[in-house]
Amino acid sequence: MISFDDLLPLLPLLIVSLTVVITMIAIGIRRSFILSGTLTILGLLLAAFVAMLMLPWTDQQVTPLLIIDQYSLLFTVISCVASMFIAVFSFPYFCKLDDNKEEFYLLIGLATVGAIVMVSSNHFVSTVLGLETLSMSLYGMIAYPLHSKDTANYPLEASVKYLILSAAASCFILFGMALIYAQTGTLSFTSLAALDPEFGLSEGYTVVALLLVSTGMAFKLSLAPFHLWTPDVYEGSPLPATAYLATVGKMAMAVLLLRFLASTEALSFGAIPIAFSLIAITSIIIGNLLALLQENLKRILAYSSIAHMGYLLIAVVASYVTIGGISVEAISFYLVAYVVMSLGAFSILSVVSSSEHEINQVADYQGLFWRSPWLATMLIAMLLSLAGIPLTVGFIGKFYIFFAGVESSLWVLLAALVIGSGIGLYYYLRIVYIIIQPLRTQDKINFPVAGIESLSSYFVIGLLFFMLILLGVYPSPLVTLIESASSFI
Amino acid sequence: MILLSLISILFVGGLIAWASESVDANYPRVVALIAIIIELAVVVLLLLNDAGEGGWVASIDAPWIPRFGISFYLAADGLSVLMIALTAFLGLIAVGSAWAEITERTGFFYFNLLWTLAGVIGVFTALDLFLFFFFWEVMLIPMYLIIAIWGHENKSYAAMKFFIFTQVSGMLMLIAIVMMAYLHYIEFGELSFNYQDLLNVSVANPLQFWIMLGFFIGFATKLPSVPFHAWLPDAHSQAPTAGSVILAGVLLKTGAYGLIRFVIPLFPEASTQFAPFAMGLAAFSILYCAKVAFAQSDIKRLIAYTSVSHMGFVTLGIYAWNEQSLQGAIITMLAHGLSAAALFMLAGGLQHRIHTRNMNEMGGFWVHAPRMAVVTMFFSIAALGMPGLGNFVGEFLVLLGAFQVNTYATVASAFGLILASVYSLWVIQKVFQGGYSDSRFEVSKLRDLDRREMFYFALMMFGLIWMGLYPQPFLNLAEPVLASLLASTQSAAMAATLTTGAGL
Repeated sequence: MISFDDLLPLLPLLIVSLTVVITMIAIGIRRSFILSGTLTILGLLLAAFVAMLMLPWTDQQVTPLLIIDQYSLLFTVISCVASMFIAVFSFPYFCKLDDNKEEFYLLIGLATVGAIVMVSSNHFVSTVLGLETLSMSLYGMIAYPLHSKDTANYPLEASVKYLILSAAASCFILFGMALIYAQTGTLSFTSLAALDPEFGLSEGYTVVALLLVSTGMAFKLSLAPFHLWTPDVYEGSPLPATAYLATVGKMAMAVLLLRFLASTEALSFGAIPIAFSLIAITSIIIGNLLALLQENLKRILAYSSIAHMGYLLIAVVASYVTIGGISVEAISFYLVAYVVMSLGAFSILSVVSSSEHEINQVADYQGLFWRSPWLATMLIAMLLSLAGIPLTVGFIGKFYIFFAGVESSLWVLLAALVIGSGIGLYYYLRIVYIIIQPLRTQDKINFPVAGIESLSSYFVIGLLFFMLILLGVYPSPLVTLIESASSFI
Repeated sequence: MILLSLISILFVGGLIAWASESVDANYPRVVALIAIIIELAVVVLLLLNDAGEGGWVASIDAPWIPRFGISFYLAADGLSVLMIALTAFLGLIAVGSAWAEITERTGFFYFNLLWTLAGVIGVFTALDLFLFFFFWEVMLIPMYLIIAIWGHENKSYAAMKFFIFTQVSGMLMLIAIVMMAYLHYIEFGELSFNYQDLLNVSVANPLQFWIMLGFFIGFATKLPSVPFHAWLPDAHSQAPTAGSVILAGVLLKTGAYGLIRFVIPLFPEASTQFAPFAMGLAAFSILYCAKVAFAQSDIKRLIAYTSVSHMGFVTLGIYAWNEQSLQGAIITMLAHGLSAAALFMLAGGLQHRIHTRNMNEMGGFWVHAPRMAVVTMFFSIAALGMPGLGNFVGEFLVLLGAFQVNTYATVASAFGLILASVYSLWVIQKVFQGGYSDSRFEVSKLRDLDRREMFYFALMMFGLIWMGLYPQPFLNLAEPVLASLLASTQSAAMAATLTTGAGL
């Protein structure tokens, strides 16, 4: 019997779920975009706030399915805040759409429920539940009807692509889980390292099972060679959906992967670290190389996210080599940094775009610096952060990865990181270069005039920029927080 | 505190300069000038400070990221003070050279200029290696923007090349820095990026060599030394004049400073092993780039290659690692800072007037711009190492010190002085002597130097003559620093031989 005390740690999850229900009822009573938006934003804000309050003292397994500790709460907070930001800047994006647009907020809320379950999961059942809740909502968000040829070119193609590949990935994960269940007889994450060889199948099956689960997760994280869906889905979706997929979606998956690997001690099987190292190297090289020739900012961000997830895997591999080292903190910090900077980049793209017309060609940004210096400065800062230049949070994140790599003497992976970042500089700087070039006079690109409805978006962009610089210059508070939270993994 | 104010004056000055553009496009340069003058005043204050314990004139130490043992640790000794003085002085010159040349987006230009200088001063004072790396990278972005926005015809390529070369080599240095901190953790049980702490770390040799190499590549790219120099001619020729002045005068010196401050003291044994190779590389840089300079028709590229050649003397002096050669290296850094900056200003001035850098189109300018010709003559002669001017003192001391250590490299490098005379006089002949033809440039375009420009050149001439005739004040400032550096590396080497002796 679940008592009230057991439910208390679930408060953030319950608040977000309730928000979804209330928003749905509100939409049923009266369709109002601004009302459903406000409800969702307030609900997410409240959930983030409550989770933050609970952070210092909650450490509890709630039902066998969910673990609510500092680590999961930290990422609950980040998921809620990030979703809230996306909800804020999807308002000006959708507000001119001549169709039912209120449901987009429902989908954001639902996806966040999935994300919270994922970051709190240490059981295969909750893994699947969270993952599917998130993915199902994303299908809807990606295929959201926009009716304009100038925006998402191929939302249906993107959605079907994502649906099929994501379902295939889920199958891999489920099959892997089944094999692991055959070994251990339990669905919760337990160590596979010290299994009694008398029971279950042989070790080879465990390795296959782990590889299957890892493959599925690598699909969701868009790691090479499982990355083929990424650029098309990024390009084809409405911007807020892309932003959600790229930030909250990947972060929740990465946290889940980390907890899975740590609890099952999967990396102690020789083949798994090798597989992850290979995936990391291919992701870094392929992601950066393919981004070089792209002209579409969404596609560039897609390829750059592949590379960033590759950098992240370096710390994942390191977490096995040096146990109790800095690697878990490195992963956590890098995730936070990644969310801040990609969300920043997407928020700027979406504030100049709308559901009628998306501005995502690199050439469209020529002269942005002289047209609206603040917006351009922030976009440049986000890009430099993605490139890992100091004064930004991206540099501290990369520093963490370097540290984790050095601590575990992963020289080959570090070499890949250096080469990859070197290539990466080129395409980030190319965008920066275009932004600071003089305005083109002959063909005016119509940047929408910012109306009153984008005020809150500018506030969000300013906040993200502030966080980007603050965490890049004075990261100590976050470092301390992550240090204590990471001890729970 | 004084060090913090040195950096923050420039940071704040840059912000104010940017903001003041919205009032009037002429204000930013005035703001920048005022900021630099205040900066110079603070530098003078710093020079008046007495050296405290350990030779540090001023220092500030505050925790920054305790998790990694990173602190905000700035300190300056004689060596840093000399470099800071050079930076502030050339900052003034750079503002002067941009005064009339930069007419578009002035606010953002001076913002970038001042922030570059702030980053450089941070590099010269940071004694926490993380902080050092932080400033090392911070000075890149504004420099990139200066080249990319106000550069010449091929600026995109040049700016990108500059950034990627320095950033990638910087990442190798970051790995080396992190390894040092981690080795400190293994040996003493806590992470530290503090220079003084890291001096105590003892690293076994094959590893020490690799870490040293990481630092060396980072610094040699900035210096630049031959295999890593490809970015420099492009960056120099495409940058606006003020950018070239800062690049040649100050940014290159950060590489040499890093070698003196970090590479050799932190890795004395590996550096001793590496010294013959580094000195060979230096000699090769000197001769090869002098030869390549001779083949250029673009006047800025020519000066850029001569910079690489002259910086070869600095590398040579540093790796000889005795008092004379180090003194020589430091004087060469200062003197080359002035002479190269002046030559770039002259080349930039020419380009501003006649819109070309191609020397084949020039000739006979002496008639119409006699002051400019004489000034160019002066700085060319300074660059080729005429006794009585600063460059001679520096290069002579380097050769004197290096001769005791590595005869072959020194003898080879000495030929660089001959090549230097050839290319310097070649420039004078090509540009100022010979017949003048009206058909190519109207005489009216070829204005002579005006008073403002003459004032800046006079300042630099004064500096070079001072260093040439009475270098003692400069030597005195650097002397205690070098003595302690030499002593610490010798004791480390001694300890190493003792332990290996005990092992036998």
